[in-house]
Amino acid sequence: MTSFARNDRSLLGRWWWTVDRWTLATIGLLIGIGAMMILAASPAVANRINLDSFSLARHHFVLIPVAVALMLGASLLSPRQIRRLALLGFVGSVGLTALTLVFGPEIKGATRWLDIGGFSLQPSEFVKPCFAVVAGWMFAAQHGRQRMPGNAISILLYMLVVGILLLQPDLGMTVLVSCTWFAQFFLAGLPIIWVLLLATAAAVAIVGAYFTFAHVAERIDGFLHPGSTDSYQIDRSLEAFANGGLWGRGPGEGTVKLVLPDAHADFVFAVAGEELGIIACILIVGLFLLVIGRGTTRLMQERNLFVMLAAAGLLVTFGLQAFVNMASSLHLMPTKGMTLPFISYGGSSLLASALGMGMLLALTRKRFGPGEDA
Amino acid sequence: MSSTREFRQPLGSHFADPRPPRYDELYMLDGDTKRAIEVGHTRLLFGGALFLVAFLGVALRLLDVGLFGAAEPVRIAALPASQAVTQRADILDRNGVLLATSLATASLYADPSRVSDPNVAADQLRTVLPEIGRAELVAKLGANGRFVWIKRNLTPRQQYEVNRLGIPGLYFQSEERRVYPQGSLTAHIVGFTDVDSNGLAGIEQSFDDMLKAGQPVQLSIDLRVQHILHDEVARAIEDFTAIGGAGLVLDATTGEVVAMVSLPDFDPNLPGRASADARFNRVTLGVYEMGSTFKIFSAAAALDSGVAKIDDSFDARHPIRIGGFTISDFHPENRMLTVPEIIMYSSNIGAALMGKELGTERQRDFMSELGMLRRASIELPEVGQPLYPSDWKPINTMTIAYGHGIAVSPLHLAAGIAGMVDGGVMRPATLIRRDSDQVPDGTRIIKPETSELVRQLMRLVVEVGTGRKADAPGYLVGGKTGTADKVSGHGYAANARMASFVGAFPINDPRYVLLVMIDDPKPNASSYGYATGGWVAAPAVGRIVQRMAPLLGIAPLPLTTEPVADSLLLMAKGSE
Repeated sequence: MTSFARNDRSLLGRWWWTVDRWTLATIGLLIGIGAMMILAASPAVANRINLDSFSLARHHFVLIPVAVALMLGASLLSPRQIRRLALLGFVGSVGLTALTLVFGPEIKGATRWLDIGGFSLQPSEFVKPCFAVVAGWMFAAQHGRQRMPGNAISILLYMLVVGILLLQPDLGMTVLVSCTWFAQFFLAGLPIIWVLLLATAAAVAIVGAYFTFAHVAERIDGFLHPGSTDSYQIDRSLEAFANGGLWGRGPGEGTVKLVLPDAHADFVFAVAGEELGIIACILIVGLFLLVIGRGTTRLMQERNLFVMLAAAGLLVTFGLQAFVNMASSLHLMPTKGMTLPFISYGGSSLLASALGMGMLLALTRKRFGPGEDA
Repeated sequence: MSSTREFRQPLGSHFADPRPPRYDELYMLDGDTKRAIEVGHTRLLFGGALFLVAFLGVALRLLDVGLFGAAEPVRIAALPASQAVTQRADILDRNGVLLATSLATASLYADPSRVSDPNVAADQLRTVLPEIGRAELVAKLGANGRFVWIKRNLTPRQQYEVNRLGIPGLYFQSEERRVYPQGSLTAHIVGFTDVDSNGLAGIEQSFDDMLKAGQPVQLSIDLRVQHILHDEVARAIEDFTAIGGAGLVLDATTGEVVAMVSLPDFDPNLPGRASADARFNRVTLGVYEMGSTFKIFSAAAALDSGVAKIDDSFDARHPIRIGGFTISDFHPENRMLTVPEIIMYSSNIGAALMGKELGTERQRDFMSELGMLRRASIELPEVGQPLYPSDWKPINTMTIAYGHGIAVSPLHLAAGIAGMVDGGVMRPATLIRRDSDQVPDGTRIIKPETSELVRQLMRLVVEVGTGRKADAPGYLVGGKTGTADKVSGHGYAANARMASFVGAFPINDPRYVLLVMIDDPKPNASSYGYATGGWVAAPAVGRIVQRMAPLLGIAPLPLTTEPVADSLLLMAKGSE
């Protein structure tokens, strides 16, 4: 790889010397592993739904360069530009998500998708990174010079987003957005008494969801009392990890993808466990942890409140999503349809993850001085 | 605040920063923002630690599932039974002979979407499996879908040949097939399964869970005796061109069923080809009016309750007219008869009078104690509900005393007789082998002295009464004949009957109770135009005893032994 001279002051030169190259390399590795898993898992799924064997893989591979370009492009931006991009993205994605309620076809009991020029798009995926940045901005603005009512605006935006997501309904996304937003609020100095109150409210909300949504009750019951309800997916998933053992059966040699309907998306980690083995899975866990660790240590030195809050929000979204996906397929928690960032099949998920990480890379670039403020 | 600004502004201008410091950069030293950042940093540390713990948890769980996943209890509980690795267990006879077992086989199925040309594939496949119609095969191979069975349970040779054809889109599924090495011999006992090895009848059904769990079932059946019984019942059916028959050998001391035969029978390996009549278990599911064999119960109840003594006489001079019916005797003696004579000559009138003496209440209680009013207790799903009058009137009492107006299964009858002869104690019948320590105590039905008298009465029938043809020299058979007109529509059929004999041996110390019942026997020359229990069923019982006793280690008595029933003979005039 050609390198840039230390004194290169061009846009790319500055980028190269200021961007966190560890995170960049890690994400590149994740995308590579993802490509391999898609090649392994998606033909079985495609065959099952009577598509050409490699049609899903092709679809994903076409989007990989787009995602990489999106990520690198975003990482070139300054914090101020990121903020504008996020605001634009937030308005756009929330608007489109609201449109799914009206126009979206119902798939598996929920309307989450929009058909745009032959591509089906899940706009709510893009709400996650954009809202993380916008919420960070608002929380920071509370402490800003203009004394904006940032917290109040943030709360209103949060209620709007959650309201739309619950109407779809998309409970997984709601939980993810809520956790991220709450974490940011927490980092922004929410008094401990409020932390406790909101945590209680969250617990009440989960209990409420248990009694309101039948499928949530089913999932939770299935987790608490294995065998009482249909635990087919999780049983196959655990079997896959056991089959794989330490070293796996070898790429493409797995069998769980033949029986699991979501082998290429929600249960891709199980396919990885069977084909690549436990050691490789622990490596993947390590890669996710590395991104979070690099980001956290970098933010510990951050002197700009907006950058810290926004970047932390992006990290929480990324890390939590990865954690929920992996923990679900390992039966550490009730199964929740959530993709494994960069590894699961899914165009919207891939592009949104790339956008999020691109913004994270941009925000965590070395800057001298605190940078811009609200 | 303002002093800070003044301090920084000149400082900034001295540095070679490409741009002058902006207002909001200077603003960062605002105390509020600074505090917020510090709080954020502390809390960030907390959040980071939380993630570290969570991801380490995932890694640990990965090791746990990946290395010890096989022991995951969740998976075993969730496995559907049909996918369980354990094979369906065997069913054995009391000596360990195999009655039902499972063979691993391969079943052929197709994924039609992968079959390139259904016509060519069908033609090729039919060279190995010609029994499948071509049109059917083409339709299956060309179907829409991903799965269609072609043929279940191929032989290893067929599997090899199909493999050799190399047709794409054909696959094998490992399966098991239930095999019954004894064929029809134990069909009604063992039952059969469906193609997915779910029990559908007999022991296969009632012990389905246990067999699926891989636990073998050992029956009380002795296959050798089963064969003898089967052979003799079949012979009696053939000799008298009957339409069916039932046979039962019961160990009176333990309640175990040693042999049980219902004819016609079927091959449990091919249950689909069996007619409903062949699948019908006449021993447990069929209920019949038993006729004269019930007189044993009437005599026992009358003697035990004290309403009659053994030498009491009953007036059998005239048929009894009651409520429009006439009760008469088949072999009328037209005189006063003692209890032994009533049994010996099988007098309906005498039995009816004994029943009348006993009374409705006591008769019903006695029948209830014998289990005649509920389904037989046996480990088969095929058990018939007895039929008896809901309103037990005096006329019913009198007819039931000679075995009409109540319909029970042959198993009911044999179990009741076992209770009569084995010291008056009745044990629940079973098809499962009982070791000596598993024999239940049973319930006392009659006094031991009454049981003794009943045994003498039964021996009398064989020595000098209607059951002489059941005698097996040396083995002291006792018993009672029964000939009941078959119920047809709302009355009795004029010329169709059930001929039966129920006996026990050795009658001085009874071990086995035997029952043979022949459905609709036709008289022939050898029986001098009779088709009664004494002519049809009794000889079969005699032959069975002669064949099974040596096998079961029962030594014959010297032929010089004094007749058991001599004391009763004194009370029976005209027996000479």
